[in-house]
Amino acid sequence: MAEQGAKQGAGPIIKIAFFAVLAVVLLSGVLFSPAHPGLAIHPMDQFEIKPLFGDGKLGMFTVTNQTLWMVLAIIGIVLMLVVGSSGRAIVPNRSQSVAEMAYGFVYKMVEDVAGNDAVKYFPGIMTLFMFILFANFLGLIPTSFTATSHIAVTAVLAMIVFVFVTVLGFVKNGAGFLGLFWVSSAPLALRPILAVIELISYFVRPVSHSIRLAGNVMAGHAVIKVFAGFAAALGMFSFLPILAISAVYALEVLVAFIQAYVFTILTCVYLKDALHPSH
Amino acid sequence: MASNTQSTEAAHGGAEAAGMPQLDFSTFGNQIFWLVVTLVVIYFVLTKIALPRIEAVLSERQGTITNDLAAAEELKQKAVEAEEAYNKALADARAEANKIVAEARADIQADLDAAAAKADAEISAKAAESEAAIAEIRAGAVDSVKAVSKDAAKEILGSMGYKADAKSVTAAVTARMKG
Repeated sequence: MAEQGAKQGAGPIIKIAFFAVLAVVLLSGVLFSPAHPGLAIHPMDQFEIKPLFGDGKLGMFTVTNQTLWMVLAIIGIVLMLVVGSSGRAIVPNRSQSVAEMAYGFVYKMVEDVAGNDAVKYFPGIMTLFMFILFANFLGLIPTSFTATSHIAVTAVLAMIVFVFVTVLGFVKNGAGFLGLFWVSSAPLALRPILAVIELISYFVRPVSHSIRLAGNVMAGHAVIKVFAGFAAALGMFSFLPILAISAVYALEVLVAFIQAYVFTILTCVYLKDALHPSH
Repeated sequence: MASNTQSTEAAHGGAEAAGMPQLDFSTFGNQIFWLVVTLVVIYFVLTKIALPRIEAVLSERQGTITNDLAAAEELKQKAVEAEEAYNKALADARAEANKIVAEARADIQADLDAAAAKADAEISAKAAESEAAIAEIRAGAVDSVKAVSKDAAKEILGSMGYKADAKSVTAAVTARMKG
């Protein structure tokens, strides 16, 4: 009964809230019209790496805003997987279920995509997934810093995968790993050409692997900043870019997960190639 | 816009012309260092604490479920066995009861038969005895009748004035009684 009442009451409340927000937006647009009309958009400022302490010089070991948010990612992972699973209950509570779900999600991905013999590399893949996931989602907090928006970070991640997978392929299969580039199902005359293409595509892997992640994350954040700049410039019509920001933000939430997922599943695919190089 | 970006860059000491902090190579060493530190920390946290713990919990749960299922199966088996034993006991008892009833019936029949035979024997003995007695009585009666007839015949003859000779009277009576 109470629920029904709440549901009936929810419609008008939402309407009232909507109009209230609209009124505030319009009023603020009128009252606080920009001091410098014109576009003052700096979408890339959010990606700047600044030292947290000291006089602004950036050395090798300087603690930066990026360091801070990566440490926060570590804390988030510890909270989710270590603190969350500390109950060790046979019947899990909510936080333990979340930890188990994350574990099961990645474990099943590794098992399904890369095969049973890839399961021993599961901790490494889990590390990649959890880091990217938390970096992406923490980056969605306004005024935060997104570590995965930097090509240096994603390139290192991709190179770790690339080098590991290549070395593993040669260790496991010896020269047989080169069979990955020799398409034995194609006509003999075509095989050398295909081998060149395969070789190029193999070396392009880390590039696409890293730029896909950094590009997606960076683009979304930059778009939000651009809309925010419009909102500041448009005065009373600023609610339009704000609505757009809300929509893009929803998309970004999706992208944050999907890009972590894509990066991880591609890692599994590459791992499968290294373990079973035959076409 | 470009001048703005450049001024902010300059303010932060980035000195980057392209406007993309991502391409400021002077920060790469720092980024890579902290990234590697972060990854190593996460890897150790996962491999030393989180993953073994979750794995243990999951396998323990799996074990518990398997054990519970096995126990349930066992109990079910026991229930089936108990029911079978019960049915068997019931059937045994019923057979035993039938056997006892049949035995009792046979005993009673045997007793009955024996008693009947004995009674029959007694009855026939009694009957034979009675017949003998009756025959004796009948024989006795014929003799008495003969004696009475002789005496009566003698008396009748005597009263009629004839001198009755005993021998001829006896012969006459005997002949009459036969006829």
